[in-house]
Amino acid sequence: MIISVASGKGGTGKTTIATNLACSYEGSVQFLDCDVEEPNAHLFIRPDIHDVETIRTPVPEVDMEKCTLCGKCSEICQFNAIAVLGETVLPFPELCHSCGGCMAVCPEKAITETGRELGIIERGSRKGMAFIHGKLRIGEAMAPPLIRKVRENIRPDVLTIIDAPPGTSCPVIASMKGADFVLLVTEPTPFGLYDLKLALGAVKLLGIPCGLVINRSDIGDDHVRAYAEAEKVPVLMEITFARKIAEAYSRGEMPVETDDHWKAMFRELYSRIAAIVQTPIEKTG
Amino acid sequence: MKIAISSRGKDLDSPIDPRFGRAPYLIIVDTDSLEFEAVDNGANMNAFKGAGIQAAAAVSKKGAKALLTGHCGPKAFQALEAAQIKVANDVSGTVRDAVAAYNEGNVSFSDNPNTDAHW
Repeated sequence: MIISVASGKGGTGKTTIATNLACSYEGSVQFLDCDVEEPNAHLFIRPDIHDVETIRTPVPEVDMEKCTLCGKCSEICQFNAIAVLGETVLPFPELCHSCGGCMAVCPEKAITETGRELGIIERGSRKGMAFIHGKLRIGEAMAPPLIRKVRENIRPDVLTIIDAPPGTSCPVIASMKGADFVLLVTEPTPFGLYDLKLALGAVKLLGIPCGLVINRSDIGDDHVRAYAEAEKVPVLMEITFARKIAEAYSRGEMPVETDDHWKAMFRELYSRIAAIVQTPIEKTG
Repeated sequence: MKIAISSRGKDLDSPIDPRFGRAPYLIIVDTDSLEFEAVDNGANMNAFKGAGIQAAAAVSKKGAKALLTGHCGPKAFQALEAAQIKVANDVSGTVRDAVAAYNEGNVSFSDNPNTDAHW
């Protein structure tokens, strides 16, 4: 089972929920930090990293000996990533989406692929938990191909927890797509609600069952709860604003490591998710 | 010699568009005869990314040897350089004014882009 932990708003507690959920699970579990622009789950999980892999995406290289300046490569490119300029053809690797179109249409077979570095993937473990995260190269604009590479490490036989980036754009979709469940983390404030609506819109487009964690649940107002009820999204857990959690967080610790009460709460959260995933989907339009 | 000027309209009396990649028209002018052609740059105006690169390719295709415009970003500049087209930034007024300034030797060509890339 794959559970993606997401949110519209940043700073709601995705990483806290994802790491505690993974660490409280009793069976085999793997943790994927797909927030490749700013991964931070490793600060809490503290895995031993076993190997590092550099990830590249193919971009075109033109052999000007073979090129006849016909311009077919530039015509097919939807991203203006290759241009015929006078006597030369200039690829712009930072605009390239690695579709391979230019290579496919080149009648002279003058285009080969070379690599643009997207970033790195680090694999490790902690007490039997497999840990994988991606780190996007500084200056790289495209996170989804790196996220997909991180996700290639998913083993279907074990529970997989994905820590998704905030927002609702391509990197978030890449982190949620194909999951069995999306756990949305929010806070009961106007900001939390506004971004929750966006996130839920994205989850609905993907057609994935989802549930809600309301973090810092004793601040703000009741609008998030009312919204969840109206949208028939189950609230699976509420966490009150507790000094103890903030203190643990500030030390890079997870409450489930030291507190059996929290461990039980997160196990209960997992049970609720598992029950929803195992229930046959009702078509509610 | 042919030069290119980014323009808001289709003729010599149109104001220069300070944007290069997303100008509605590129006027290709023969500096001796003042004969000109207006290249519709509308497709690039709405390009998601890489407008400057495509505009540079269009200028190159038309055989212009110089570009007079307001702002030119790094990718467009790189593309124009590859096509051996000189770039004068910070040119303003009408297209006709710009051609006159060019003919009088009153435009200075740049070695660098003068605006940031758009992300």
